[in-house]
Amino acid sequence: MSASVAVAVAPRGYWAGVRRRLGRDRVTLVCGGVLLLMLLAIIAAPLVTPHSPFQGSMLRRLKPIGFPGYPLGTDELGRDMLTRLVFGGRLSWLIGITPVAIGFCVGGLLGIVAGYVGGGVNMLIMRVTDVFYAFPSVLLAVAISGALGSGVSNAVLALTLVFIPPVIRVAESVTTGVRNLDYVEAARASGASGLTIVRVHVLPNVLGPIFVYATGLISVSMILASGLSFLGLGTKPPEPEWGLMLNTLRSAVYTQPWVSVLPGVCIFVTSICFNLVSDGLRAAMDVRG
Amino acid sequence: MLLYLVRRLLYAVPIALSVSLVCFMLVHIAPGDPINAIVPPDAPADVVAQVRATYGLDQPLPVQFALWLGHVATGDLGRSLATGRQIWPDLASALLNTFILAMAAAAIGFVLGCLLGGLAAAYLGSWVDRVAVGVSVAGVSVPHYWLGMVLVIVFSVTLNWLPAMGAGPDGSGAFAADWAHLRFLVLPALTLCVIPMGIVARAVRGIVAEILNQDFITTLRGKGLRRRGVLVHVIKNAAPNTLAVMGLQLGYLMGGSILVETVFSWPGTGFLLNNAIFQRDIPVLQATILVLSLFFVALNLGVDLLQTAIDPRIRRS
Repeated sequence: MSASVAVAVAPRGYWAGVRRRLGRDRVTLVCGGVLLLMLLAIIAAPLVTPHSPFQGSMLRRLKPIGFPGYPLGTDELGRDMLTRLVFGGRLSWLIGITPVAIGFCVGGLLGIVAGYVGGGVNMLIMRVTDVFYAFPSVLLAVAISGALGSGVSNAVLALTLVFIPPVIRVAESVTTGVRNLDYVEAARASGASGLTIVRVHVLPNVLGPIFVYATGLISVSMILASGLSFLGLGTKPPEPEWGLMLNTLRSAVYTQPWVSVLPGVCIFVTSICFNLVSDGLRAAMDVRG
Repeated sequence: MLLYLVRRLLYAVPIALSVSLVCFMLVHIAPGDPINAIVPPDAPADVVAQVRATYGLDQPLPVQFALWLGHVATGDLGRSLATGRQIWPDLASALLNTFILAMAAAAIGFVLGCLLGGLAAAYLGSWVDRVAVGVSVAGVSVPHYWLGMVLVIVFSVTLNWLPAMGAGPDGSGAFAADWAHLRFLVLPALTLCVIPMGIVARAVRGIVAEILNQDFITTLRGKGLRRRGVLVHVIKNAAPNTLAVMGLQLGYLMGGSILVETVFSWPGTGFLLNNAIFQRDIPVLQATILVLSLFFVALNLGVDLLQTAIDPRIRRS
């Protein structure tokens, strides 16, 4: 917690230190760069891709990597793999990141409230959290989206419910730690209102650790989101999405094995980059745990 | 100790009840009236009402929950909508298959994880550490359903060494402990083991590094204890926390094997769940999730108690 305390003492010095440490961390910079490139590519998808993601042709089904005009080959319906991979990133990123973003906001809010208010409110929030913790995360996601039926919004809802409880736990424990520090006590004694204390003294010190924790969840979330689509629970065809593409290409492992695994490579690269960036942030911001 | 045991057991009861409530609610968050899954849409109203009464669906939700819980407690998990068969016999054999797969993956993953984590901590900061950390990050970042496909491509399609799907040569779901059957276990177990391997390696690295940093290790080394002797002390101190991580991972393996089971058509609970989802067979979905999550609750309880039993520090506080 020493670094979090430093935020309150000298914010500028702390962030300058974080920037300096990040600047030296080559792994994090490279991974961040890869993620940025992917993000730009999927935003500008129609500009950087040579074909339509939906228009296929039976004449050129399952062409190998390096086929003229189709650098990454074609899928089982003769659609350009490169184009579909870039477009597929849109939904994969959306379904992967949205649950963590909502989980960060909602879970962070509930956790800070539970940690700061304490007492009965804490009991209520934390016991409900315990119940969701009693499910293995994959099972909970499959159960909820399985019951709700397939669809992007159902998958996002299911994953959001998976990621709120862990964020609550972290937010609650960090907030409880900060709440009992001397300077918060001092602020209270000098007559600052509860809201002021939270805004000025608690939030700046807890948001960092909660944020770093949430970035670490993105990797799991991407894998689970594409996993739901892989099971047929998330995106519906013909929409391009990495997990769904992996599922429909499973029948091609015998004919074009290396084309069929490409969507998984995208999931893997995204997931490992988010993981390493999160580790880098954790180290640079000196967050424990 | 006894007091702790009782308190911990009592604490597990409301958790188990709440878990059951969430599973019960799965039927009711599913779109559409559950009655539509039982009677055809053109059934006359009085028949619908009669069936509704038979299934207790005309009762208020809390009463339905109590009734359902009563059935579950006596071992009656209901009938599948798709096949009309009792759920429990099918679920029991699927559970056994998932358990076999999870145990195999756990055995491989835990051994590799402990080795990687221990080596990384012993050679902290060296290239050994960097390789071990890299492997463990890759292990937790890899989409395991994709890894399964890659392994199939390499070992089944290209090399033709191992079978790509199923759990036995005759296509039946029965498992036996001979090579003809074990061959089918290799690829799914290898696929499933990477996540626990990564997480255990990461945890063990942290735990062991912290222990090695403590004064008593310096003392042990100072009094001339050999490396093997020090290792015994390290293992003794690292065991409780490591076991806790492993216990949790075993639970995740049991509940999280659905994707891998789908890739390899492994006849376990994941396969059952997958079929239930596609046939909109909510009772099977509900029963499977319930049993798996209650297992997870029991496992957490067991790990907590085991940890307390072997770690005198926890008992004292």
